[in-house]
Amino acid sequence: MTAVYKHRLFWPIVSLLTLIAINAIARPQFITITMRDGELYGALITILRDSAPLMLVALGMTIVIATRGIDLSVGAIMAVSGAVALTIIDGSGDPDALATVLIAVLVAVLVALILGMWNGFLVTVLGIQPIVATLVLMLAGRGAALLITGGKITTVNSAPFKWMSSGYMVALPVAFFIAVAAIIVIGVIERRTALGVLTEAVGINPEASRLAGVRSRGIIWGAYMVSGALAGVAGLIYASRTSAADANNAGVFIELYAILAVVLGGTSLNGGKFSIAGTVVGVFIIQTLDSTVLFLGIPSAQSPVFFGFVVAVVVVLQSPRMRSGLANLSGRLRPRGAGVQDREKAEVA
Amino acid sequence: MAAMTTTTARAGGRADRASSRVQTFLSRHGGMMPTFAAALILVLLFIGAEAFLRGDFIKPLTISNLLINNAYLLVLAVGMTFVILTGGIDLSVGSVMAFTGMLGAKLLADGLPVAIAIPAMLLGGAAIGLFIGILVQYFGVQPFIASLAGLFLGRGLAFIVSLNSIKVEDPAVLWLQSTRWKLGDWVVTPTGIIALATVAIAAFVLHLTRFGRTIYAIGGSEQSARLMGLKVGRAKVGAYVISGTCAGLAGLLLTAYANSSYPRNGIGTELDAIAAVVIGGTLLTGGRGYVLGSMIGVFVYGTIKTIINFMGAEQAWMQIIVGALLLLFIVVQRAIVARAEGRR
Repeated sequence: MTAVYKHRLFWPIVSLLTLIAINAIARPQFITITMRDGELYGALITILRDSAPLMLVALGMTIVIATRGIDLSVGAIMAVSGAVALTIIDGSGDPDALATVLIAVLVAVLVALILGMWNGFLVTVLGIQPIVATLVLMLAGRGAALLITGGKITTVNSAPFKWMSSGYMVALPVAFFIAVAAIIVIGVIERRTALGVLTEAVGINPEASRLAGVRSRGIIWGAYMVSGALAGVAGLIYASRTSAADANNAGVFIELYAILAVVLGGTSLNGGKFSIAGTVVGVFIIQTLDSTVLFLGIPSAQSPVFFGFVVAVVVVLQSPRMRSGLANLSGRLRPRGAGVQDREKAEVA
Repeated sequence: MAAMTTTTARAGGRADRASSRVQTFLSRHGGMMPTFAAALILVLLFIGAEAFLRGDFIKPLTISNLLINNAYLLVLAVGMTFVILTGGIDLSVGSVMAFTGMLGAKLLADGLPVAIAIPAMLLGGAAIGLFIGILVQYFGVQPFIASLAGLFLGRGLAFIVSLNSIKVEDPAVLWLQSTRWKLGDWVVTPTGIIALATVAIAAFVLHLTRFGRTIYAIGGSEQSARLMGLKVGRAKVGAYVISGTCAGLAGLLLTAYANSSYPRNGIGTELDAIAAVVIGGTLLTGGRGYVLGSMIGVFVYGTIKTIINFMGAEQAWMQIIVGALLLLFIVVQRAIVARAEGRR
């Protein structure tokens, strides 16, 4: 039992289940899932579908944060990627041709990858702090996206492109499959090879890992490229959902939500140990919270207050001071010796 | 490599006494270099604008407007400087400014006197700053996340006050912006004076008080500051409270500037403020930087904005140019820090 309680995903999962339970009690239709024409519908399915862009961005952010970095530019990269794809589709003769859409998607992701490479260059080669290095692109990226679309909101009507966000495969939304594919790829590469351990080593102590022969430069650089590319795909899904490239509104605040998801999932912003499963849970917490706020009838403009409050409560609960306070409390309830032992164990951990 | 350049520079310095004096100055005041660079860029921007635009850029009116139009950003940047000097960051200032602006406008619209509304605005800002500071200092939350909570909180509260913009008709608030004191061709409004006074007070506090020196010490090394017996916790929370109060004051200035308050005000302004502080030569790692530098940073920012308006160029260029300038400055800063480390 204590093993379950001590697991680092315990609190995130409890929060998620509590949220779902509150919703289910308040409105039973929340957990009902209906089947129509071989496609599943329901609030939970909507959450799965709508969480895809945030999931992609948060996965990339997890890797970057594990290297002791941060990537503020993801929202801007989303805007650029959407702008590039829609400008290509819009400029082609036949927006419905599959080849056109494929080229547009590939070029957009490539551009996003290059932007990620730029961030990585600033951080690893020039040695600029990640928060400033990515702030540059965060400021300039949206301007670049506006220039690409010529200052207007480009809209297209392309069935294959629209399919990315609203299509269905095997009864589930396509966007969900894209997110799952990203989770699996990242999970396998980071956890079934040594890369994950090396990434954590770089995050825990860059100098020591360099002396131990870890090529930290390549690992950090790679992290920013992954983050950029994933943000590019997220930008495509966002653009596909609205069928428009809106440079001013695509991915606004997503970097903040992504960082929040990573932190909620138990990954420390100080780098080092990271948890991909934690990030996945974190993203679902945020998306469910979003859906809850909508349901409660709070005007969406006022929902930030709710978010701010939840963030504060969660980070305070996760803080070392609060944890040791709770440990002391539970120690007092149990026989003296056992409590002390537990505390020592917690300190070692 | 850095060591090599230093040796060559030293060899050159021995040969030439004047350049040796420059070297000494540089090594003693290396921390000031980014701020000097910012001032230089500002001068170059002015000369460039004067030469390539219609030739009527360097006029007292243009320069006066620079202060009047950016008074709120200047106040935000001053508060941000305190936080960044401790090695933290405050993402909440834009939305706190929106919230306090809405709060003040609402109180005035409800018929309360200015003597209540303005202190309420400042206190509202200070309260959110205190909230962030306590999260950072006593719960060990990273400044980024703690101030993110403040950002959400401020924005949501602004919308809770009202979803629509509120017009301000109070004569005292309007007076702040509509009064123009003239000295020859130079013009200044009370809002401009307030902003300049904020800079002056901040510079005094940072350089000549125990609290200010503690802020620098924390940025240099929090551990050492604590071991020296400085009141680290109090100063750190204080920095966030100052930043929040400045955001409250900025809310007042912006409300006076626009004659109204809108809950969507100041989205992304925290980034402008951070950019201005960094351009002004303050290191984001903390411990080095000047409030006067932040003021220069705000003027650089404002000048670029004015130039773009003069040229009638697309607003998109504003973001790109500010991004590029930011990059230029951090590369310059990086080079300076690398040199300082090489010398050690």
